[in-house]
Formats: sequence, C-alpha cells, structure tokens
Amino acid sequence: MFTAASAAILISMLLALGRAFIGPTLYDRILSVNMFGTKTVLLIAVLGFLMGRPDFLDIAIVYSLINFIGIVAILRFFEYTQPSKDNVTRADEGEHE
Amino acid sequence: MTIEFLIDIIILGFLVITAVGIAVSKDLFASVMLAGIYSLLSAVFFVVMDAVDVAFTEASVGAGISTILMLSTLTLTGQFEDPSRHNKTLGFVVVFITGSLLIFGTTDMPIFGDALAPVQLHLAPHFIENSYAEVGMPNIVTSVLASYRGYDTFGETVVIFTAGIGVLTLLGFSSGGSTPLVSVVAPMHQHKILRVVSKMLIPPILIFALYVQFHGDYGPGGGFQAGVIFAAAIILYAMVFGLDTARKVINQSVIQILSALGVLLYGSVGLVSFLNGKNFLDYSVLAHDPLHGQHYGILLVELGVGITVTAVMVSIFFTFASRVDKEHGGNA
Amino acid sequence: MIIDIISWFCLLVGGFLCISGAVGIFRFPDFFSRMHAASVTDSLGSGLIILGLVLQSSEWLVISKLVFIQIFIFLTSPTSSHALAKAALHSGLRPWTKPVAGRDDR
Repeated sequence: MFTAASAAILISMLLALGRAFIGPTLYDRILSVNMFGTKTVLLIAVLGFLMGRPDFLDIAIVYSLINFIGIVAILRFFEYTQPSKDNVTRADEGEHE
Repeated sequence: MTIEFLIDIIILGFLVITAVGIAVSKDLFASVMLAGIYSLLSAVFFVVMDAVDVAFTEASVGAGISTILMLSTLTLTGQFEDPSRHNKTLGFVVVFITGSLLIFGTTDMPIFGDALAPVQLHLAPHFIENSYAEVGMPNIVTSVLASYRGYDTFGETVVIFTAGIGVLTLLGFSSGGSTPLVSVVAPMHQHKILRVVSKMLIPPILIFALYVQFHGDYGPGGGFQAGVIFAAAIILYAMVFGLDTARKVINQSVIQILSALGVLLYGSVGLVSFLNGKNFLDYSVLAHDPLHGQHYGILLVELGVGITVTAVMVSIFFTFASRVDKEHGGNA
Repeated sequence: MIIDIISWFCLLVGGFLCISGAVGIFRFPDFFSRMHAASVTDSLGSGLIILGLVLQSSEWLVISKLVFIQIFIFLTSPTSSHALAKAALHSGLRPWTKPVAGRDDR
C-alpha cells in the first residue's frame, strides 16, 4: 500500500511540476510550487514508512515549515516588484485595519 | 526493478529537467524557484539513499534559507537577467572540455557502493564498530562530525562566521532603529489571517529548533540544521511583522555578538582540552570519565555551531532587508 | 487486521485525492479555480494519508510527530492559499468568466 500511495504522490508531483512550467501567470507557478512542497512532505513521510525508518518524519516536519516560510517570502517579494494595480477598489473598501 | 530503483530514476529525471530549466530561464525569479525545487529533489534523493542527516541539512539549508536569501537579493537586483553581451561559444567550449575531462577522471574511481573501495576498508569500519564504545551516542554522523572530525567542523563554523562578516562589510552596518528613512519592510497589514497564523506557529517552530539541536545525538539533527530552523523562524517574524519590530526583538548588536560567541564557544572547548594536557578538541578530559567528556564536548560544540549559524543567517537577512529599505525609499 | 484495512483504505483514498487535485490544477481554466482544486484536495488528501500512516505505526513518538505534521499542514496550507489569492486579486488578476451564449454574435 505504501508503494501505491507513493506512486500516487509522485504522479501528482509530476503534474504540479508541469503546471509550474506551463502556467501562464506567475501566480500559477507559485501555487504549483506550494503544492509540490506539500506533496514532498507527504512523500517523505510515506517513504519513511516504506523503508522502515521513522526518523524521516523530522525531515518532513522541517520541510513543511520551510515550505510555509518560502511562500511567505515569495509573497513579500511580490509586494516589491509588482505593486498593487487595484488602487481604485482599495480606496473604495477603505483601510483594512 | 524494485520500487526504489524506479523512484531513483524518476527523481534523477526531475533533477535533469530542473537543471536545464535553471540554465535556460532568463527570469531570475523562476531560476530561484527552480533552484529551490532542485534542492528539494536532492533531499528526497538522499532520503531514498537512506542518508537522513544529509537530507535534513539539504532540505533546511538548500530549499529553505538559500531560497529566502536569494529572494531578498532579487529585490535588490531586479527580476530579469541582462541580455548577455558576449559570444558564448568560447565559454561553451571550455566548459565542454572541462566536463569531459572530469567525466573521464571518474572512470578511474571505484564503483559506487563497492565494498572494496579504500574508504570502506579503513575508516568506515572503525567508525561503525567503535563509535558507540568510544563516544557513546547512537548517531554515528554526529559523532564523526563533532568528535572524530571536530576540527573540520570548527573550520566550517569559522567559514560561516567569515561569510557573515563579509556580508556585513560589503553591505554596511545599518544603525538600529534610529534611521530617518521610513521602513519599507512594513508589516503586512492586509494579510490579517497570515499574521495571526504566523503568530501561532512561530513558538512551535522555535521549540522544534531546540528539539533538533539537542536531539542530534540520537536522531537526525545537530547544530547546523537547528541554527537554520531558528533563523527561519526569526526571518518569518521579520517578514510578517516588519523589520523594525523584529529589530526591537533582536538587536543588531546582539546578533553580531552572538555570531562571534558561537565560534568562541567552539574554540574554548578546544582550548580547555589543551589546558588539561591533551590535544586540541580532545573531549575526553572534559569530565571525570572519557564517555561523559565526549557527551559534554559534543553538546557544547553543537551549541556553538547552532548559535553561530542562527546569528549569521539572521544578520545576512537583516542586512539585505535594510538595504531594500534604503533603495525603495517611501512606502511600498 | 481491521486497522490494516482501514489504513490501506485511507492511504488509497488520500492518494486518489492527491492525484485528482493535481489533475485539477492541470486542467482548470484559470488561476482561481486551480487554487481551489489545489488547496481543498491538499488539506483532505494529506489528512487521509497521514491518518493512514498513524494507524500503521505503534510508537507514541512517531504518532505525535505525524499529528504535528498534520496540524501544521492543516493550519498553513489554507493560510498560504488565502494569502496567495489575496495577493493575486490585489495585483489585478480577475477570475475567468464564461462568455454567455447568445450575447456575442459570432
């Protein structure tokens, strides 16, 4: 069963990677990288069970932390290089605080 | 054809595709992302090869901190690669010749995993057989890293420290909270949910970093990985809540002192061994009994490594981020 | 035996959800629908797979680490999807709407 689950996760990683290459907009690529990261966490956990070494779970935990922090870093990066074009709507909605 | 062989082939195929993508892409942001994916695939590959410590370090350093620091560099350099102004043929020829020479050189090396290779005959059996008796901890990687090859690890820590000094020298020290410029790494006001969730998650991340630091003797972990996770938590705080707030929590001078303190701690352990009559970094004299001495020595040494790695990563990020402040002037 | 069957079932359904999420991310027409596919199937797919792994393991340390991973994914995956969608919306991306038949004379 572990092999079936890891095969399923590998297939979904391949598809996500395909979308990362194709995706017309930038946000498609960020989304697929995020999904790739989550699937990697699952793959490492399943591989750990497949090989009988539960030590791998530490790596899975680390990678889930890193995935989250990486996505936040990317979003910060985009606040600098692509400023909001949505000024009209924001003025309408007022301050979000 | 076992499932592991198949996974090996698939992952290596991904690696090749990613590497080609990095080389070909002109968009630097895409290259940084692909480099992150490359490190991640390498980590999975190490997992398949059953090398847990290395996979741990690769996942945290390569896919984590490197990507974050590269992204903060990209805010300074801009997103697209300049068009190249020189002819690439000569470069290609040189690379091709060097590459083929290297590949030709590898035909002389022993086959991967060969049981008769010199490294398997002399040192590896000694470590595997004697490590538990001499050092007393189950994780052979930590015992080799911190005890048998402690001097090398000291060199690595000094290299990290030097990198931190280099970055600080090149990009300049920025005075703490008294800059007249408006801080542009402002808190992400509109991302309320993100702020709340980050506030909830940062303490468990810090506790996990402490777990990795001190559990390195019994499982995968150790100073380098723990330092990187610690730094990642602090960087997350700085990104979500603003550089100024993060500076109030962790002062610039405290960071600089800490980065030196880690290396000093490592060197002092060696010096204490010296003063007790043995070689530099010989831990067996640190306690009443050599086995306990090894435990104390490895504990202190890993702590030194962790402190230095944390402080240097955080200071590099703060330095880059405050440069972004100066460049982008007013509000984002 | 029963626990084995339940855990295999969880692993298989979780794997199927992961694949369906990936197929969705590949075939849906625009960014916002793809994000929907990705984040929804991520949360439930990972939950089921980790539940399957929990049922297969016997030591408390391993089970608590798996639960920690699941809580973390459960908290961070929707958050990052939300932040990403908000950033996309604020930078001008708009959802794709299907052209209404009969309005264009093509």
